[in-house]
Amino acid sequence: MTLPVLSRRQSLAQLFKATLGASLVGWLATPAQAQVDKLTLSGLSEARLRTFEEMVRPYVQNQDLKKERVSLSLPMLADNGHMVPLSLKIDSPMTEASHITHVYLISQRNPVPLMAKFVMGPWSGRADLSTRVRLSGNQSVIALARLSDGNFIFDVQEVVVTEAACVDNG
Amino acid sequence: MSSARLQLPPRIVQGDVFKLRLLVNHPMDSGFLRDIDGVIIQRNVIRHLICTLNGREVFRVEPTTGVAANPLFEFYLRATESGDMLFRWVDDKAYIGELRHSLVVEPANSSQPASN
Repeated sequence: MTLPVLSRRQSLAQLFKATLGASLVGWLATPAQAQVDKLTLSGLSEARLRTFEEMVRPYVQNQDLKKERVSLSLPMLADNGHMVPLSLKIDSPMTEASHITHVYLISQRNPVPLMAKFVMGPWSGRADLSTRVRLSGNQSVIALARLSDGNFIFDVQEVVVTEAACVDNG
Repeated sequence: MSSARLQLPPRIVQGDVFKLRLLVNHPMDSGFLRDIDGVIIQRNVIRHLICTLNGREVFRVEPTTGVAANPLFEFYLRATESGDMLFRWVDDKAYIGELRHSLVVEPANSSQPASN
């Protein structure tokens, strides 16, 4: 006699819990959704990864392009995308006959693909560089060097960025 | 407003390849961020930075918004002559920054034996 009443109470309680739970989940979900929208608005999610072709095409037309002699070093995991140390070693004799004339740093995901362009010559003595760049999220970075004979060499490195640049007001 | 610091090895001997570290104070505002009131901060980055030695261009950088604030550039030069080094950079607000340094290159194997 008492059992069905209890079960009804229990089921009501369960129903109540379930509704409350669902509404709570809904409540929690709203700010998360808003956050995602904010990210989309600031251009992170819509920023598509560029293909290798798209990254390199503005600089290399019909010349040779080889992955050799350039070694690009970036941290494997960059905590802060606002300041990522980047260093570059290029094996070149840097003589009048054979030297590096330009170096381009190209990003796969940043709103502006070219991060910096460097101009050097045989007077440089050594074609190594280092600087600090901004990266908006996980991506590959290309270092493209133009040789004095007009051909190009490059290196590519992947980097994981925990906190992307161009998102917050930091 | 915008200034720079240059670091060089203490002694530069003729024929050496030496490293230059140039740190420029510049906000490098990318134009993608907003300030605390939600107003977009206008883009203001260095358009180019040119290093000349005795009037001859020896190094040039053209950064975009992809270079971090207070940019650091490390590069190398072969020591050939003493002279005046001039670093000059221009940003989006047409501000021209300058840094002068008189480079002293010691002649090779002078009084002391070459140590390398």
